[in-house]
Amino acid sequence: MNSIDALLDKFAAPTRRDFLKTSGRLVVGFTAAANAGPLISLASAQAAAQGVGPYPDPDFRQLDSWIVIHQDNTATFYVGKTDLGQGTGTAFRQIMSDELDMAFDRTTCIMGNTDITVDQGGSGGSDALQTDGYPMRRVAAEARRVLLDMASRRFGVPVDQLAVSDGVVTTKANPSQRVTYGELIGGNRFNVALTGDDINATTGIAKIKPVQEMKNVGLSPRRDDIPAKVDASPIWAVGKKVPGMVHARNVKPPVAGAEVVSVDESSVSGMPGFVKVVRERNYVAVVFQREEQAIAAARRLKVNWRKPAAAPFPASEELFTFMRRAKPTSSPNPTVTGNIETALAGAATRIEAEYEVPFQGHTSIGPAHALADPSNGQMTIYSNDMKSYGLRNGVAEFLNIPRERIRVIWMQGPQAYGRTAADDAGFEAAYLAHQLGTPVRVQWSRDEETAWDTKGPAYVMRMRGGLDAQGNLVALDYEARAADYCHLGYNEHDTVLIAQLTGRRRQMPAAGGVASPSDMYAVSSRRTAGHVVQLPLVWETPLRTGNLRDPNGPQVTFAGESFIDELAAAAKADPVEFRLRLLSAGKGDDSGFKRARSIAVVKAAANAFKWDARPSPAARTSGEILRGRGFAYAYRNQTVVANAAEVEVNRRTGRVWVKRLVCSHDCGLVINPEALRRTIEAASMHGLSRALYEEVTFDTEKVTTVDWRTSPTLTHLDAPATLDVVLVNGDPNPKRPDLPHYGAGEAALKPMFAAVANAIYDATGVRLRRVPFKPERVLAALKAARV
Amino acid sequence: MQTVDVEPSTPLLYVLRNDLDLQGPRFGCGLGQCGACTVLINGTATRSCVTPVSSVKGAITTLEGLARNGTLHPIQQAWIDEQVPACGYCQNGQMLTAVALLQRNPRPTDAQIREAMAPVLCRCFTYYRIQAAVRRAASTQATAEGVASEAAGERA
Repeated sequence: MNSIDALLDKFAAPTRRDFLKTSGRLVVGFTAAANAGPLISLASAQAAAQGVGPYPDPDFRQLDSWIVIHQDNTATFYVGKTDLGQGTGTAFRQIMSDELDMAFDRTTCIMGNTDITVDQGGSGGSDALQTDGYPMRRVAAEARRVLLDMASRRFGVPVDQLAVSDGVVTTKANPSQRVTYGELIGGNRFNVALTGDDINATTGIAKIKPVQEMKNVGLSPRRDDIPAKVDASPIWAVGKKVPGMVHARNVKPPVAGAEVVSVDESSVSGMPGFVKVVRERNYVAVVFQREEQAIAAARRLKVNWRKPAAAPFPASEELFTFMRRAKPTSSPNPTVTGNIETALAGAATRIEAEYEVPFQGHTSIGPAHALADPSNGQMTIYSNDMKSYGLRNGVAEFLNIPRERIRVIWMQGPQAYGRTAADDAGFEAAYLAHQLGTPVRVQWSRDEETAWDTKGPAYVMRMRGGLDAQGNLVALDYEARAADYCHLGYNEHDTVLIAQLTGRRRQMPAAGGVASPSDMYAVSSRRTAGHVVQLPLVWETPLRTGNLRDPNGPQVTFAGESFIDELAAAAKADPVEFRLRLLSAGKGDDSGFKRARSIAVVKAAANAFKWDARPSPAARTSGEILRGRGFAYAYRNQTVVANAAEVEVNRRTGRVWVKRLVCSHDCGLVINPEALRRTIEAASMHGLSRALYEEVTFDTEKVTTVDWRTSPTLTHLDAPATLDVVLVNGDPNPKRPDLPHYGAGEAALKPMFAAVANAIYDATGVRLRRVPFKPERVLAALKAARV
Repeated sequence: MQTVDVEPSTPLLYVLRNDLDLQGPRFGCGLGQCGACTVLINGTATRSCVTPVSSVKGAITTLEGLARNGTLHPIQQAWIDEQVPACGYCQNGQMLTAVALLQRNPRPTDAQIREAMAPVLCRCFTYYRIQAAVRRAASTQATAEGVASEAAGERA
């Protein structure tokens, strides 16, 4: 046990005088507990940290860059991904050990360190297995081929006369003739060239295995990142220290768009631990010896800010009105099938509805941070940024340092799934370390993180639909407005926040995007249209948009799948049957069998939920708690997902509890079912948090969501009592040997807003068309409808 | 024995992290709102980010101090058995809060688990598995105590 006999008796009743007299000197008794041995990810980070540079790119066309076979017949895989806690690193080991024919527990995987792992871009887009898994499989298969060639030469028999299991090669004729991979390679390198125009195309000569021959795929070995996450191992970027390191905190504009007139350095230069005040145009930071000193100084620094002449944005209560009136900055061509206006005019029943989703944040549990070390004339950045390679490239551009002199060592950290402020903090640490010539650690504060992290764009969506006399959907129109102008990419050297504040940004903002629902419904007349709109302040604003887990998906699916429910109610049809009818009406199919798989996933969710077919809403009951169930479905790329949710709505408080949730999910070939289940559970609940609580608020000067009181999130109280994940393989040929492995995590967020809204409608008869479904909003809607 | 020279008002969190180089307690908000910085002080779950070091009286247990003689605490083992963490950043606070809960209430109901754990936030949303792990640890501890008391009974 670590025990700190934290204060001697004289501090038992501390007074200001006592503190002054003792000048804060504390005697601390500390006994370190024995830690479990560090895991490989830690060992690799430390080994890499010893390299003095420069740091040329690992060559992805060399087999040795991907796989090292050790003499003790173990293997280390080097891949250019990062695992944010979904178990992808463990899954990589499963597919690579299968292709290599090495026992799973004799393998390790190193990820995301730019100087020793090939650039696969880090994480993003749920593509770890869908895209990057394939070059991993091919290079592992190639390593197996090369090793079997070596064995063939050693034993003087053709390769087809050899057998291999768990890294041990024998001859079929004489199984006592055996040699291990480790013995074959004998501590040497492969020196085998690979081909491929880009890293995703990397391949050798060998072919990958059919699914049926993969032994570890489909099993659930425990995730190898978890032990170090429960025993306080030093795996965290937030805990990384180097000698001579100093602490920096940013001082952000108090009003969006404010400009620095002057900084009074003397307001903090007398404080203990003072190192420097850094200011370039509107970027301001204080640097101190100790962290708490930097925190105090950031609060105390006197900066004379000049407010912008015009309000940077409307207040959040006026946001949707503003967005509806704004002149679009762009309007991508609509997608049109049939003739929507004619079909609507001819429909027996016409309905329309508008839906609103506010800006929502990533709002990481740990504010952004990074440590940059300029030792040896190089720049080493310790970061949890999910795209470590992009951070390296962006910093090289921003500081005009050759890429070879920069490396990013990826370590564990708080994840928030998308383009987060971890990008910004990495650039700021490198900038300050470059300026000061000393290692600098940057740590954002809670209010800075919550207010200034990038946001998922706000959406306003108008839906129109028409039913024929039999209740069939014959016209469906979708038109959206997204506040996404100047959407930020990942680690862009000319849009990252410090580039904006220092005036080194690009001139032309990105156009931004507007998305539409993804489903396989067959509707004879259908149109999807969209517009991007901008807020008055485009740069240096806390309302800057960037990718947030399943970018745009929850917003647009909220409109799409809520409206399908409204149409089903208008047709007096069961919502699941209504959807199945629309899915089954389709004729053609795509190469991924998305239609057949959609039908299978919808049915699987309904079956697992024991869905009782009837139109919504349910018969109204008396009592404080109203109960209902809702359904929603969507796909993301090739991954299909459906949610069935049972809710309790408290008539007195407006609180919504999703008591029971079924999530059915088809992502093709499942590598690690248990890790996948947890990923889907957690991602679903991320969707639930955004559905029930999350909303960025602001007045006409600044963001007012700044902490966990003003920016509420899902808590333990909201966890469903039961959460069932149903893994579906809806492929028409489910045992096909080339069944692809698609993405997993992000798809699970997509239908959640709508599933909850549909369940609230079923329970109460009240349709909520505005996210989030906060108690006060629900209560007001119930009262307005006299429920 | 290690001597630390800090302002008495320094939050305990920074002394633990930066002076004693502990990795368990983590900065999450600095406001006592999220629980990432949780430590046990005399067995009580305490937010070290808003606890001036000068106010601390008694023994502090951090995540580093849960394991005994190389054996993980039942809570840590339950976290592995349930495969709880995603990114893992908040799990320090989740585990220590669960330890404190089971110390004062070894057989909590589901509602008591939710209530006790509610102040500790997770932005990967692993709540469902955390609650399962707390139930598992409570059951493991109850079984271990049952075995121990049976053994004592036999000896008597």
